[in-house]
Amino acid sequence: MLEIYNACKTFHKGTVNERRALDNVNLTLEKGEFVTVIGGNGAGKSTLLNAVCGAWRLDSGKIVLDGSDITNMPDYKRARFLGRVFQDPMMGTAPDMEIAENLAIALRRGKTRSLAWGMKKEEKQEYRKLLSTLELGLEDRLTTKAGLLSGGQRQALTLLMATLNSPRLLLLDEHTAALDPKTAAKVLDITDKVVEEKRLTTIMITHNMKDALNHGNRLVMMNEGKIIADVRGEEKRRLTVDDLMQMFSQSGTVSDRAVLA
Amino acid sequence: MTFFSNLFNSMPGALAQGLIWGIMAIGVFITYKVLGVADLTVDGTLALGGAVCIVLIRNGCNAFLAVFIACLCGAAAGLVTGLLHTACGIPAILAGILSQLALYSINLRIMDMKANLPVSVDSYDLVLSLRYVRTLSVQNPIPVALVFLAVIIGALYWFFGTERGSSLRATGSNVNMARSQGINTDVNVVLGLMLSNALVAVCGALLAQYQGFADVNAGRGAIVIGLAAVIIGEVIFSKIFRNFALRLVAVVLGAVIYYVVIQVVLQLGLDTNDLKLLTAIVVALFLTVPHIREKMRHTPRKKEVKNAGNL
Repeated sequence: MLEIYNACKTFHKGTVNERRALDNVNLTLEKGEFVTVIGGNGAGKSTLLNAVCGAWRLDSGKIVLDGSDITNMPDYKRARFLGRVFQDPMMGTAPDMEIAENLAIALRRGKTRSLAWGMKKEEKQEYRKLLSTLELGLEDRLTTKAGLLSGGQRQALTLLMATLNSPRLLLLDEHTAALDPKTAAKVLDITDKVVEEKRLTTIMITHNMKDALNHGNRLVMMNEGKIIADVRGEEKRRLTVDDLMQMFSQSGTVSDRAVLA
Repeated sequence: MTFFSNLFNSMPGALAQGLIWGIMAIGVFITYKVLGVADLTVDGTLALGGAVCIVLIRNGCNAFLAVFIACLCGAAAGLVTGLLHTACGIPAILAGILSQLALYSINLRIMDMKANLPVSVDSYDLVLSLRYVRTLSVQNPIPVALVFLAVIIGALYWFFGTERGSSLRATGSNVNMARSQGINTDVNVVLGLMLSNALVAVCGALLAQYQGFADVNAGRGAIVIGLAAVIIGEVIFSKIFRNFALRLVAVVLGAVIYYVVIQVVLQLGLDTNDLKLLTAIVVALFLTVPHIREKMRHTPRKKEVKNAGNL
């Protein structure tokens, strides 16, 4: 359903800071796959996700989603197919708008925004029900401004918004990295539940090896802009943290940063 | 005693002016508070509204139609600023300054190279005029301005509740969120600037009729007066007015308070030429106070620091 061909991206070309963030990356996702992407700082994980989202153009390569070429489609147009949760909890919600209003914006993703009223009465009931599945008490705070929520609450809300109208692809960019361990576990729990329930094709970037092992049904490891390992199915289930460390060191150009991560 | 009677006599005028400027302040509210950009086009747009309206009326156009056409011209000015900002990538403030500068020449051209163009209420049917500000009749500019405000606030309340209007609010609140939810934020920014400048031009058109002339310098410092109204309204009424329509009402009240205060200081003997200095100081102060307050909250008090050392 998602096919990435020979994706290349270099930042700060022609300067001393030149960095090859994506180096001929090829990746194909089947429908229903839940891929965890792991790698050290600067390995190209977030760049890969941003390429799919359309944050900028690829230097070369092609991205195909469900058969249609989206390589040159602007980000806000691709958004209709994509659900996205950012690393920074501040980025996914509109702080000056109510929780329900944020959800109403998300419900209309991919539809023309008309002059019809922005939120129908019956939607509120639906939102209340959805929010109660988070078990964070947000169902009684529909009119609270999203800016007043904690980081964890905002990530949970963003996750709900990202998956509200079942995107073709769910993109999670280290979405628990900024949370304390307990909240992170909770948000990951919710993630698993939603992905399972809606059978979403998902890419989850993480720094945490345990999370990469415990979630999803396929694991991709990146280093220096390349995919250096791609494990799925039974083989992935048997993978351990030690195996991952081994794979890191076998990649040859391993840096301290990558190991520490 | 004469001080108070003079002050009392000047109040209807201050109220009328405040209400008309309230329309402009609502425009500034849309860009400054909803979209989060300070749009300096408005200085030019205010004069543009007056120029277009007065020239049309002098050429026999119906006054209401003239206001409407001025409104469209204002929207066009907003469109230019919006495109300079989004399509050409010029920072919003600079884009506004460019439009404002260009409008000075355009306004002079519209007014046939005259810096000031009179329109007498004796010779033309005007929407409102200073002449009747103390009379008890339907011609009194105060109820006329109130009707304009009611229609504008009602329309904006409706618009910002729609899907499109909500997406505009989301654009101003968090661009990242908006784009990841499939909103074309560039289009929304342009739309917001058009809406804002359309309102400012309406204010300019009404103000020119109220005063009986269009002036190419009418808009100098208008943005600061608009900001003053927005900020005064916010500081005084934000605790009680939460609803969007009421927040707009607060902005209008801010403009009225501003003009009442101006009247008082003028009656106290302040030179009119010092008004802009006074306005700048007031706005600077109102913008500083929240900043300082925020800073204080995040710096521990001396006592607490001492206690921290004992731990």
